[in-house]
Amino acid sequence: MKSAVIVFPGSNREGDMARALQQATHHQPVMVWHADYELPKGTDLVVLPGGFSYGDYLRCGAIAGRAAIMDAVRAHAERGGLVLGVCNGFQILCESGLLPGVLMRNAHLRFVCRMQHLRVEQTNSSFTHKYAARQIIKVCIAHGEGNYEADQATIDRLEGDGRVAFRYCNSEGVLGGVANPNGSRNEIAGIFSEKKNVLGLMPHPENLIDPLVGGIDGRGLFDSLASAA
Amino acid sequence: MKARVVVTLKNGVLDPQGKAIEGALTSLGVSDIASVRQGKVFDIEISAQDSTQAKQKLITACEKLLANTVIENYSIEI
Repeated sequence: MKSAVIVFPGSNREGDMARALQQATHHQPVMVWHADYELPKGTDLVVLPGGFSYGDYLRCGAIAGRAAIMDAVRAHAERGGLVLGVCNGFQILCESGLLPGVLMRNAHLRFVCRMQHLRVEQTNSSFTHKYAARQIIKVCIAHGEGNYEADQATIDRLEGDGRVAFRYCNSEGVLGGVANPNGSRNEIAGIFSEKKNVLGLMPHPENLIDPLVGGIDGRGLFDSLASAA
Repeated sequence: MKARVVVTLKNGVLDPQGKAIEGALTSLGVSDIASVRQGKVFDIEISAQDSTQAKQKLITACEKLLANTVIENYSIEI
C-alpha cells in the first residue's frame, strides 16, 4: 500500500496521518504539495489530512477543493483508487464534488474538541473491513464545521446504498441527543462514494493509534487499508 | 466594471449563525426582528466588453467557487 498525503497551506494533521499510515503499512507516505499536478507513480491511496486549509476562507475546504492537485486526485478516484479525507479533508472532498453534501457550522456554533464514540456502519469496504459490524469505537473529534447536510434525495441514496460509514453515538452505541456533537443529519460522521473507494469522515482515527495517547481504536481503519491492496 | 455578488443560504437550510444573530438582536432590545439569515457579499472589479459578458463571467465564478450551490443561492448586480 503506497500512500500520498496532500499538503495544503494550513494543513496541520499531515504528520499524525503519516505516522498512522507508516505504522500500519510499513511504507513512508509521500507528502505531495497542493500545487503539484501529479501523484507519485504507483500511488494506491491518497489522503487529504485535517487542518485549516487556506484558513477556512470563503467556506471550509472551498479553495483547497479547487487546488491544482485535485484534478489528479479526481482522476485517481475515477480509476477506482482509494481516497481518504479526514476532518478538513472531508470538507475538501465535499467541496470538490468527490462526495455529496456539505459540512455546515456546528448546530450549537461551538468548536468541539473531545473524545467521541462512533458506530461502524459498514465493514465491507477497503477502509473498514478490519472492524466488526456495528463495532463501537472511541476516537476524537476537533472541528467547528462538521454538521453534515444534504438534500433529502441524497440522504435517502446514502442510506439506501449503505454509504454511511460511521455514525456518532454514545459509549453504549445509542444514537442521538448529546451523542451527536454537531447536529449532523442522521448522526452521520463519515460517508463513502458510490464505489466505496472514497471515504470522508470528521473524526480523527489517525490520533488513536497508540495506547499512550488514549487508545488504539483508530488502528482498524489503517489496518484495513494496509491489507486492502 | 464594478459588480456585486451576493451569496445567501437557500430557503430551508438551517442557518445557526443567523439564528444566533437574531437572538442577540432581540436581547439588545432591537424589536420586531422576525428572522435573520446571514450571507456573503463580494465586491468585484471585472473587465469585460459589456455587462452581458461580465455577467457570464461572474456566473462562472459563482458556480465554480463563490457559492456552494448545494446550500447557497447567488445573485449578481452590475
